[in-house]
Amino acid sequence: MLHANNLTKCFFPGTPNEIVALNGLSIELSEGQFLTVIGSNGAGKTTFLNLIAGSLFPSEGKITLNGKDVTTVPEHVRAQMVGRVFQEPGMGTASGMTVAQNLVLALNKGHKGLKIGVTQDRKSALREELEQLGLGLEERMNERVTHLSGGQRQGLAVLMATLTMPKILLLDEHTASLDPKNARKILEITEQLVTEKNLTTIMVTHDMNQAIDLGDRLVMLHRGSFVADVNGKKKEQLTVDKLVELFSERNIVDDELLLTMT
Amino acid sequence: MSLFINAIEQGLVYGLMALGVLITFRVLDFPDLTVDGSFTMGAGITAALTVAGWNPYLALLLGILGGMAAGTFTGILSTKLNILNLLSGILTMTLLYSVNLRIMGRPNIPLLGQTTILDQFNSLLSGVGLGDYSNLIFFGIVLIALKALIDLFFNTELGLALRATGDNEQMIVAQGVNTDVMKVLGLAISNGLVAFSGGLVAQYSGFADVGMGIGMIIAGLASVIVGETLLPTKSFMWVTTGVVTGSIIYRAAIMLALRYGYNLGFKASDLKLITALIVIVALATPHVREKLNFKIGEKANLSETE
Ligand SMILES: Nc1ncnc2c1ncn2[C@@H]1O[C@H](COP(=O)(O)OP(=O)(O)O)[C@@H](O)[C@H]1O
Ligand SMILES: [Mg+2]
Repeated sequence: MLHANNLTKCFFPGTPNEIVALNGLSIELSEGQFLTVIGSNGAGKTTFLNLIAGSLFPSEGKITLNGKDVTTVPEHVRAQMVGRVFQEPGMGTASGMTVAQNLVLALNKGHKGLKIGVTQDRKSALREELEQLGLGLEERMNERVTHLSGGQRQGLAVLMATLTMPKILLLDEHTASLDPKNARKILEITEQLVTEKNLTTIMVTHDMNQAIDLGDRLVMLHRGSFVADVNGKKKEQLTVDKLVELFSERNIVDDELLLTMT
Repeated sequence: MSLFINAIEQGLVYGLMALGVLITFRVLDFPDLTVDGSFTMGAGITAALTVAGWNPYLALLLGILGGMAAGTFTGILSTKLNILNLLSGILTMTLLYSVNLRIMGRPNIPLLGQTTILDQFNSLLSGVGLGDYSNLIFFGIVLIALKALIDLFFNTELGLALRATGDNEQMIVAQGVNTDVMKVLGLAISNGLVAFSGGLVAQYSGFADVGMGIGMIIAGLASVIVGETLLPTKSFMWVTTGVVTGSIIYRAAIMLALRYGYNLGFKASDLKLITALIVIVALATPHVREKLNFKIGEKANLSETE
């Protein structure tokens, strides 16, 4: 499904400010796999997702998606295969447009014609999708997204990202800016949609418990490389203690990450 | 009375230009200064071709296409050459000054003695005794038709994608839209409308002048802001209605200022000063309202609640 081969991303190469955000990173994901990615601030998690989505191009390496080499395919073309939810609720939705208009934009991904966008037929179909979220959004379809709460916005963003059955779903700490109650709700919705549509998913998180609870595979990203890869049975039996053990085995002293365990 | 009618006529014909400004400044969030040049271009092409004996409709159509080409050029400067939006527009505006002079062949083309579209329409309406109102009716029909088309377009999938490009570029790229194409499209439509306005103004005032576009962007902005301040912005249709209303009010204000300004010692050459002052006042108004907590509803925002 996804094959990232030897990805390197260097910012400001050849200058004193050079940053190697990703350093020869490789991973292969099979269809339907749910990968959680854990790592501290600045480890390169967002950069990794940016490379897969095509927001950034790698300095070196190759990305194959669904059997196609997409390494140099621009983001808006790759978007046909990629669904994405960002860290900030504001980033995934157009705030000045209505809930229905936002959903319509997600509905006909890439194919924007001269048909009227929000029709009654579409609205009733979308209403059903919204009802499943349990956020009360089905009653607010004609309201601007700016009037919604962060949780509602992020719920809408998750629905928009999954509406067209992407080949791969990318979640970038998408609950990090929400309060615990909303974060839990959005995680529930995410899990529900991913399972229902059997989506291949990469979820970046700051939160060890989240990374352990969700998904069937976990990788740890540290200074631009994967330093641990836990799969199958081992992933099922993973606990915070075992994860910490993995850290110390690899001599990763990372106060910030260890703090998030509690 | 005739002063009143003149103000409405001008409000309507310049309203097309203001709708163009709305599309760039507000919908696309692209402060496009091409307007001063594309307005003159529309007027210049229409006048030059009319004088050369072309069919006046064809002349106007080519004027509109000229404006669309100018907008496209600005769009390419911005998206393909990564030149700052503001600078892209200024560059096009600047080069259009020379291009317009080339097209016109001289700085001023009088249309006296030429049969324009407005003349044709006037003889039509004179037959039924409405000759005095022919310009008003013609501009009204054109503006209402184009406003309806714009309202419709911005509710299509493509139109929604264009609005989203101005609202949240990252989001709409992730939804598979090439925002470069959207920006170029928006700029082309906008400057096509501006050139349309220019072509009609040339026929209305009986000449095209290479300097007639100077300060046009400010007049357009003033109309947009006045409209947003006075009318609700709860849907796209309301916003465009506001812009048209704003354009009429703005023209009326200019006329009153010119007419009664004489008593205060103003001259016709002070028009640009008055224009800029009106815009400053209009720009200040929402802030004044905000500061005084008089804010009614949402901040003016190009958005929708149906
Ligand atoms: N667009 C960019 N330009 C320059 N540096 C960047 C850019 N994106 C990320 N970086 C740098 O790359 C490193 C990894 O960042 P990021 O991928 O955002 O980390 P994470 O998401 O794991 O917190 C950081 O040092 C960051 O400053
Ligand atoms: Mg990040």
